[in-house]
Amino acid sequence: MTRNRIPAVARFLRRRIWQVVPVVFGIALLNFLILQLAPGDVVDVLAGEAGAATPEYMAQLRASFGLDRPLPVQLAYYLKNTAMLDLGFSFRQNMPVLQLILERLPATLLLMIAAMGCAVVSGVVLGVISARFVHRAADRAVSVFVLVTYALPTFWLGLMAIVLFSARLGWLPSSGMTDIGADLGGFEYLWDVARHTVLPALSLATFYLAVYTKLVRTAMLEYFGADFIRTARAKGATETRITLFHALRNALLPLMTMLGLQLGSILSGAVLVESVFSWPGLGRLAFESILARDFNLLLGILLFSSVMVTILNIFVDVVYAVLDPRIEL
Amino acid sequence: MQSRRFLKLAAVLGLALGVAASHPSIAQTVGDAPVRGGILNVNIPTEPVGLNSGINTTMFIGEVASKIQEGLIAFDADLQPVPSLATQWEVSPDGLTVSFDLRKGVKWHDGKDFTAADVAYTLKEVWQKLHPFGRSAFGNVTKVETPNSHRIILTLSAPAPYLLNYINAYGAPVLPRHLYEGTDVVNNPYNQKPVGTGPFVFKEWVKGSHIRLERNPDYWKAGQPFLDGIIVKFIPDVSARVVALQSGEVDVVVGNALPVTSLRQFEDKSRYTINLIDGNYLATIAFAQFNVRSAPLNDKRVRQAFAHAVDRNALLKVVYLGYGKIATGPVPSSVTKYYTPDTRQYAFDPKRAAQLLDEAGYKAGANGKRFRLRLIHDGAAGSPLSTRTAEFIKQALAKVGVDVELQAPDFATMLRHVFTDQDYDILVSSMHRLPDPTLGVQRIFWTQNIRKGVPWTNGSGYSNPHLDAIMEQAAKEPDEQRRKAQIREWQQIVQEDVPLLELVEPVWITVSSARFKKLALQADGLFSSYADAWLEPRK
Repeated sequence: MTRNRIPAVARFLRRRIWQVVPVVFGIALLNFLILQLAPGDVVDVLAGEAGAATPEYMAQLRASFGLDRPLPVQLAYYLKNTAMLDLGFSFRQNMPVLQLILERLPATLLLMIAAMGCAVVSGVVLGVISARFVHRAADRAVSVFVLVTYALPTFWLGLMAIVLFSARLGWLPSSGMTDIGADLGGFEYLWDVARHTVLPALSLATFYLAVYTKLVRTAMLEYFGADFIRTARAKGATETRITLFHALRNALLPLMTMLGLQLGSILSGAVLVESVFSWPGLGRLAFESILARDFNLLLGILLFSSVMVTILNIFVDVVYAVLDPRIEL
Repeated sequence: MQSRRFLKLAAVLGLALGVAASHPSIAQTVGDAPVRGGILNVNIPTEPVGLNSGINTTMFIGEVASKIQEGLIAFDADLQPVPSLATQWEVSPDGLTVSFDLRKGVKWHDGKDFTAADVAYTLKEVWQKLHPFGRSAFGNVTKVETPNSHRIILTLSAPAPYLLNYINAYGAPVLPRHLYEGTDVVNNPYNQKPVGTGPFVFKEWVKGSHIRLERNPDYWKAGQPFLDGIIVKFIPDVSARVVALQSGEVDVVVGNALPVTSLRQFEDKSRYTINLIDGNYLATIAFAQFNVRSAPLNDKRVRQAFAHAVDRNALLKVVYLGYGKIATGPVPSSVTKYYTPDTRQYAFDPKRAAQLLDEAGYKAGANGKRFRLRLIHDGAAGSPLSTRTAEFIKQALAKVGVDVELQAPDFATMLRHVFTDQDYDILVSSMHRLPDPTLGVQRIFWTQNIRKGVPWTNGSGYSNPHLDAIMEQAAKEPDEQRRKAQIREWQQIVQEDVPLLELVEPVWITVSSARFKKLALQADGLFSSYADAWLEPRK
């Protein structure tokens, strides 16, 4: 059975990857058109920040940035470049967009994976505890805990964590991804990065934690009453085995659905946490490019993340099939 | 407890009464026993877009680039020019020739010699063509001669008395000709990894995180810099900056990056220093600008009424917490050479305001309201004090029967509304007036500077041919006494017509660890090279 599933996965991937192309192209087109609605352009902002300018200088900048061309021409250029996987140049940052994104990507991925991993693991653990001891003290405690963390704004929680763990206790650094002056190598460097990651990752994780806990709890409770669990009990399986191998495995499916949806939003959701912790990630880059009307950069980030989200969703579909053999790819 | 609170209140009131400039903590920064070594961690509010102040005068660029690049002169604490790359300078009696003797033996960070050719190139190709203020500052320069490798002579079409008031590392940084000549200056890669003559050498820039600078071992000033290096950290969140300074992750926070409301936490003089003069060179004034193109703000009496309606003493106390001074006119008091308080002043007087509005024909209706206006401000565009100032003005005008609707768009939208669409009634923001009125103040009132689509031009639409003539004369007046008289008349006319209601001269606040010391303070300290800065050892 395992043997003939592999070609199925390959067939599925081939089909889905072809579907990605028009989706991403459509996203690129929409992005471009929507951004035209924002008042002002990158030259306005550059001149505004500089404190002075002349009309000639601004016209000269617009011409060199290609902003003086009619909109359909700009769109045609943009789509052509997108088709050739050329994300363009950020005139504000004076760097190719792809280079800017790739510089920030490791930080974003680290924060995202650490936060998501933390949220999923603790969400599952807390969800299982809740379901196993439903309506008892442990369940109530978990419930209150996750609701409080969900209700607190992440940026506020982050700030309070900084005040407590950095300013008062001095245990953890408050900002950045590494200790910049230190010039560490090897293991010390990894340890340094890990110390810097703790507070932002935990702050970001709290937001997702509640959703995962509640999802797992609800799904598990549903399965506890299902026929196959009764069967498992009848054949004498221990309660631990039933919880972990029978109920939990099934309860992971709704969790995967939610995770797939949220992987996309975590890029944008991280803006606040990145700002509070001065984390050099993509969220802040995107936010700053909106304020600066640096649309080449913003379009690049949007396109890049839409590709990432589409690919992650395909991956989630594959994971479904692995978790639940009944699902056909 | 009670008495301590009273003392604090008294301290704030003391500031409000105008002693801000002589705040005792200023003296704390200056030391006389430099310590070598150490890395200084500096926080600036926003990551710069490049590191070349020659083409973009955004403050955040200057705050970093001034450590790497140098100008011909710098300024002392009283805004008097002191030598930097130029050792001495001379203006001919008719004001038409300016010559500079350049420092010998100075090397660029890549080892090449610094010569007059670098200055001549930068002046002609960068300051005159690309620098936002340079085009006016160097507008009169018709000929640039370099009789030898360390002398440069400028010939002017008309005197430019403002020239020496502006050209520091921020206003006119000298660029290496050998790396810029023949290239597209705006897109030159060295704008991102600058090569200068300054005390610190550019090392790396990790976007979104930090810029690292290292000591220049061949710096021309023997024994300096004292520091081994500087790390400039970008911390976008205001509260995170407060913590970073408290936890010692940064040593200096420049450029008003900490909100005035947080300064209470840094009052302990044994641990922190609050410096209030670093930005005097910028000579900033916060204002409410009126769009005088249409009724009711086209009526001078309405604008005068508004000036009487806003209690600026209370504004300074409540919003600025005393960190600043009441503005009395378009030229700030820090520009001592040209400032005059001898202009029409508008005391807080709501009754007089109501009377002026009545005279202008805007009588209160049955509901007590006269008319409704839109007030746009840059509070959401990075100036939190503008938000509170706008709210303050809304309340003040409500008391004289004027309804104000507040708008706080992002920066680009605000610029479009005000300068391109001209679709606003009042703008609350602030502008640098610079050390010379011709450079920084004329642009706000000059008819020729009503330029649709160009930010920070004459956005009120105010036009007065008589004033235009005076300003144009002052721009080329070689006689200092006559020039002072012209600029005095200019201030008087503007205060009579109030196209802008000048509110407060805010101070630029640098908060640092008490370990941070310098040999001397500078009125352009935001753009100090930090060659003379050091960190005292931890106690």
